[in-house]
Formats: sequence, structure tokens, C-alpha cells
Amino acid sequence: MKLRQLVLATVVAASGLSAALIPAAASAQAKEQFFPVLPYRTGAYAPNGVPWANGYADYLKLVNLRDKGINGVKISFEECDTAYATDRGVECYERLKGKAQGSVFQPLSTGITFALTEKAPGDKNPLITGGYGRSESSDGQVFKWNFPLMGTYWSGADIIMQFITKKEGGNIKGKKIALVYHDSPYGKEPIPLLQERAKMQGFDLSLLPVTAPGVEQKATWLQIRQQRPDYVLLWGWGVMNSAALKEAVATGYPREKMYGVWWSAAEPDVKDVGEAAKGYNGLVATGPGGKVIEDIKKVVHGAKQGTGPMDEVGTTLYNRGLVSAALAVEGVRRAQERFGKGKVMNGDQIRWGLENLALDQKALDKLGLSTIMKPLSTSCLDHEGSRQARMHTWDGKKWNYSSDWIEADESIIKPLVKQYADKYAAEKKLQRRTPQDCQS
Amino acid sequence: MFYRENGQFKTSYKSDQQIFPITQDRVGVLLLVAFAFIGVPLMADEYMFRAILIPFVILALAALGVNILVGYCGQISLGSGAFMAVGAYAAYNFFVRVEGLPLIVCLLMGGVFATLVGIVFGIPSLRVKGLYLAVATLAAQFFCDWAFLRIKWFTNDSASGTASVADLTVMGIGINTPTEKYLFCLAFLVVFGVLAKNLVRSAIGREWMAIRDMDVAAAVIGIRPMYAKLSAFAVSSFIVGVAGALWAFVHLGSWEPAAFSVDRSFQLLFMVILGGMGSIMGSFFGAAFIVVLPILINQVLPFLGGLVGVEVSTAALTHAEQIIFGALIVWFLIVEPHGLAKLWSVGKQKLRLWPFPH
Repeated sequence: MKLRQLVLATVVAASGLSAALIPAAASAQAKEQFFPVLPYRTGAYAPNGVPWANGYADYLKLVNLRDKGINGVKISFEECDTAYATDRGVECYERLKGKAQGSVFQPLSTGITFALTEKAPGDKNPLITGGYGRSESSDGQVFKWNFPLMGTYWSGADIIMQFITKKEGGNIKGKKIALVYHDSPYGKEPIPLLQERAKMQGFDLSLLPVTAPGVEQKATWLQIRQQRPDYVLLWGWGVMNSAALKEAVATGYPREKMYGVWWSAAEPDVKDVGEAAKGYNGLVATGPGGKVIEDIKKVVHGAKQGTGPMDEVGTTLYNRGLVSAALAVEGVRRAQERFGKGKVMNGDQIRWGLENLALDQKALDKLGLSTIMKPLSTSCLDHEGSRQARMHTWDGKKWNYSSDWIEADESIIKPLVKQYADKYAAEKKLQRRTPQDCQS
Repeated sequence: MFYRENGQFKTSYKSDQQIFPITQDRVGVLLLVAFAFIGVPLMADEYMFRAILIPFVILALAALGVNILVGYCGQISLGSGAFMAVGAYAAYNFFVRVEGLPLIVCLLMGGVFATLVGIVFGIPSLRVKGLYLAVATLAAQFFCDWAFLRIKWFTNDSASGTASVADLTVMGIGINTPTEKYLFCLAFLVVFGVLAKNLVRSAIGREWMAIRDMDVAAAVIGIRPMYAKLSAFAVSSFIVGVAGALWAFVHLGSWEPAAFSVDRSFQLLFMVILGGMGSIMGSFFGAAFIVVLPILINQVLPFLGGLVGVEVSTAALTHAEQIIFGALIVWFLIVEPHGLAKLWSVGKQKLRLWPFPH
């Protein structure tokens, strides 16, 4: 080892250190509403993470270009790639949260959501976990900072079971239903609800975990071949979905009897399987694109500012990302109505906004969102807002809607939410929020 | 010129056996520790603490544990992530099931259970060596992954298999702010660092090194391989287990088995190899390299891109980060196969002669 190299190493280290301090100093401008984005454009889950992130970014750009910001407040945003890893997600959260006086975070990972749920209250940053995260966090009296808007996994599982029950003529007693799930907090979330329903409806539930990332599923499908379940629910993400479909083809399990959650039924999941996946069903929480998609094509992509390829605009996960961004923006807009139009909102104010969302059909029409999502209204008690989804079926080339909107059955979910939320509160020694606190 | 031991005469065995026999070293290290305890909390901001310093301190502790096993005793282990997980989940179970047990006792109990598991999975080391042992310890990794995913009792029957803790207090003082968390972990690191340094200088440490250098010769001169190997597994797993408990409790707060996956085992092994096998100092260097460098690259690149007017996209940034990081690992291994700690000691040698090298 020569001195020259030693000096070189020192210089590299020193320049790195000084540069690390620069981003911390350069904070967001005062007159802009900062939206931190925690997507994953790399890693094992990137094929699914990218369209979501593109939709998210495009909608934020659209608000800036079409509406000149939220009541005149321009949006700025920054992405920090998490690669779906919890520790990197936490680092990104810490990095981006310092760039504004609190803002709304959407990590798109149940694992990161669990970690941030512990950090968000202290930092006063609301978390939107639209369609993922902790199911019991729809109880806003315990989870003040979590917003699982547009349905939790319990709602999703409930909707699928309602659909299957209806299909079977109302009675699924004695039927065998298998849940093939990603062995992580994400995949385990629907289990309590399915067990509850199994008790109620008398079907036979078997749980088949798949080790992440889910490329290797031979053993699981061997079990399915032996058990011959009447239905398979698929709770996968990323490469696990297409692998499951390929295994289903190899095992000869009918795709028509497979039902995926909204994260398992998008274009990247079936594209590789193509014709063979024909008949596969899945939930979708967004409707046909409509005006907002046209606007994005015209205003954002027209101005050559689109994120990602144009032909991906309007696909399932893209729409999901777009709606997620829209919900965050609407939270800020609602907060401005109370705390001052044209001002930059802080985390606590956005939390109030998200807690008092009232997006009726008229409001959605105005935003061009009327076809892509259902009306939604939140309260201190209910942080979920709406719990509806549709079923769509893959015809070998594209997804077609195969049911109308179905609403999850609150009579089953509500007691479960309360039970689990109370358990969480007891573990964390939290008190339920008082009505006064709900006003704040 | 300044860094020279001329005139520092050792007049007693005690002074000859100090950890740092050279006065400048002693003062330097004391100043460094004082800076870490007093200076850093005054200067660092929240991001620095939460995203860089706390992970660095905890993983340095884990790397220290792995270094005892891999670097000092020569037993290659790929089960470090598993031992971290055992520490984390054992501490968690003590924390939630035993009312009123002090936090530090919980964390240490995590270490104790990691020790037990470490000894069990260390038994194959009596028969197999080298790469074969690495494969055998990999079994520990997969076994623990499986156990903590599937056995609900370990996670206190949580529906999603996630464990989480809150309200950490030590003797009435809350461990909530980033500064408190940092100081708490740092205290562990310093205590274990001194312990480990003394262990490797003692009889047992010399036994480990004898086993590492040639186990047959060591056995011939009367070192019991079973005792030496298993004690290395025990000490190493204890430290790694405590680090795992800290990682879960203090850094993450809420975690799933994926936080201690096989990637973590590899990461710890790389820290030891890059930092310097058989060097306490090397563990710190290795941890700094692996924890801080990727984040640094990730932050510096957009800035550098901005200087030349290039906007780096999120995906390109992450890919570039991985490419540069990988290239740096290769570069360091080529220029200094004995790790960053060797660079450090070479630097010290040079400094001794400076400014008049022969």
C-alpha cells in the first residue's frame, strides 16, 4: 500500500463526507408543497413498482401543469428508491422527511408501513397506505396517522369471498379454499379475516405460504395438486404472481378458479404468461381511466414530461399509483380549506385533511376522477374511506371487468378491526382518541 | 514527528500490557470516544442519527461479533443474520412476556439465547471446516428464517408475523429521541468493544488464533479444539445477538424476519472481510464502508449530476449506486486484501517515520 493511494482514499472519503452534508442543507422552497415518494424502481419487485411510481409522479405533474398546483401552491416531489427493503425504506423516510415541515408518505410496502407506523406519530407525518398496510389501521381512533384508504386487505379478502359465495349460489359450506400467499406481513394480512369467514360460512381454508420473492413454488403447487381446492386465492407481489400462474398451468389447475388480490392482478403479472393465464380473475380497485388519463396523455405526456412510456398510461398499477397520488393531493386540498387556501400545509394539517376527506361524485367529476375511483369520505372513526373493488378477468391479451363494484361487508370487518386495534393499543399502551382529539 | 514512542519507557508489566501502549494512541482513542459521546450529539442532525449513525453503531457491534468467530477463530459463518434474529426475538419475548423486566436485561437475554443457538449450530465446526462449515451455518440461517416466520408463539401471535416494541426506558429514562438511541447503542458498542479487545488479547483469544492458524498444531500443543471453537461461537453469537436485539428494538422498532435474512449474514461477513479479519478496528471500518458508502453514493450522485447538468433518474441512481459500490469493493480487495484495518496500520507505520522516511 502506497502513500499515494492512502491519500487518494482519504480524499475520496472527505469529499464524500462534505457532499453528504449538502443535501441536508438544501431544503425545499417555502412556497412549495413537498411530496416525498418512496417507490421501487429497482429490485425484485420493480416490474410492479415502476408503473405505480409512474402513475404517482404523473399525477403530481398533472396537478402542477393543469391546475397550477393546489390552489396556487406548486407541488415539488422527490423519489427515493427503497427496492422494497425495509431498512432502505426507513433510511429514505428519514432522508425525505427533513425536506419539509411534515408531509404525507406512501411506502407501497407492508413491511415498510409497519416500520413507519412506529415512527410517523412522533414525526407527525401521515401515512397513506391505499390498499395495503395494517388492516386494523382503518380504526382512526387508535391509528391516528395511518390511512389505508380505498380498502384494506381484509376488505379485499372479504370482497373476493363475497364474489365466490355469490358465484356458488350463496352456499360455500364444505368447499376447499386455498390461500397462496407471500410469506411476509403483506401475505399474512388477510388470514384473520379469512379464518373468521371460514368459521362463519363453514368452508375449509388451507394456508400455503410461499417464501419471498416467490420464484420457487413447486412444493406449494404440489400441495394444491394433492388437495384440489375449489378455489385458490393468490396473495402475491412481483415475480411471485407470474410464477404462480405458470405453476398453475404446469399443474393443470384451472385459472378460472384463481382469484388474486389487487396487487396480484395487473399487466406485469400476466404478461409473461399471456394466453395461458386466460380466465384468471383478480380484484381491481380502480375503474376505467376516463378524463384524468386523457388529461395526463395530453398535458403531461404532451409536454414531453411524462414519467415512463406513454403506452403504460392507464394500466392497472399505473392507475393505482395515480389514485394514490390524487388522494394525497386531495388531503392537502382539504386541509387548505380549513387552515388557509394557498398555504403550505404541515404534516398535522394534512392529517386533518385526510381525516375529513369528502370526495363525492361531484367533487370527483370536477377533478376528472369520476370513473377511476368511487366516492370516498373519511372520519376520525373510519380512516379507510371506501371499501369497494371490482373483479376483472384476463382474456389472454387484456383485463376485462367481470363484475360491478362490490362493497366489503362491514359487519364482519368492523368487529375484527376493533379487536385488533384494541390489541395494538394495549401492546403500545395507547389510549383511544377522545372526541376532542378527533376535532383537532 | 509527533507520533513516536521515543522516551515512553515501560517500567511495569501493567503498563507494558495496556491495550494501547503508545501514549498518543491512548489519548487519541479517548478523544475519539469523548467526541463520539459528546461532540457527535451536538453536531449531528436527526437524519444523520437515524439513517446513518445508529445503523452504523449497531452493525459495527454485529461485525465485531462476527469478527471474533471469522477473523480470530477462523470459522467461516453465514449464520450471523440468524443469530441476530434469535437475539431480537428472544429479547422481544422477554420484553412482552415478563412484566417489568428492565430493557437492558431483555437485550442481554437476547444475547444469551443467541449464545445457546450459536453453540448448537457451532457443533458442526468440530468436524467440518472452511466452506463446508459456511454451508453448515447457512442451515442456521434458514432454520431461523423458517422458525420466526412460521411459529406464531415467537411473535406473540401477531396476525401478520411482525413484532414491534415501543416505550423503551432504561432506569426511568426514555430511549425515544435519536440522540438517546444513539448514545444507548454507542454505550453498548464501547463496552463490548473493550470486552472483545481484552478477550482476544487473553489466553482464550490466543487459543482462537492458534486454532485459526493451524488447528492440528494447536491441538498438539494442548489447546482443546472443542472448547476453543465453541467458545468462539458462544462469544460471537452473544455479541451478534445483542446487536440483533438493538437493531430490532432501537433502530427498526417494528420488524419481520426479512430484516435478518441471509443478505444480512452476507453483509456482516463482507464487513469483516473488507474491514480486516482478526482486527477489532477492522469491524468498525467494515461497518462504516458497508453502511455509509451506499447511502453516500446515493446522495452524492444527484449532486454531482447537477453540477454537470445531468438529471439522474431514481432507477439509474440505484443501479449506479450498486455498480460503484461493487467496483469499490473489488478495488479495495485488490489494493489491500487484508482489509481496511491493514491500511490503517500501514498509515500508522508511515506516520511514525514521517517526515523522515528511510
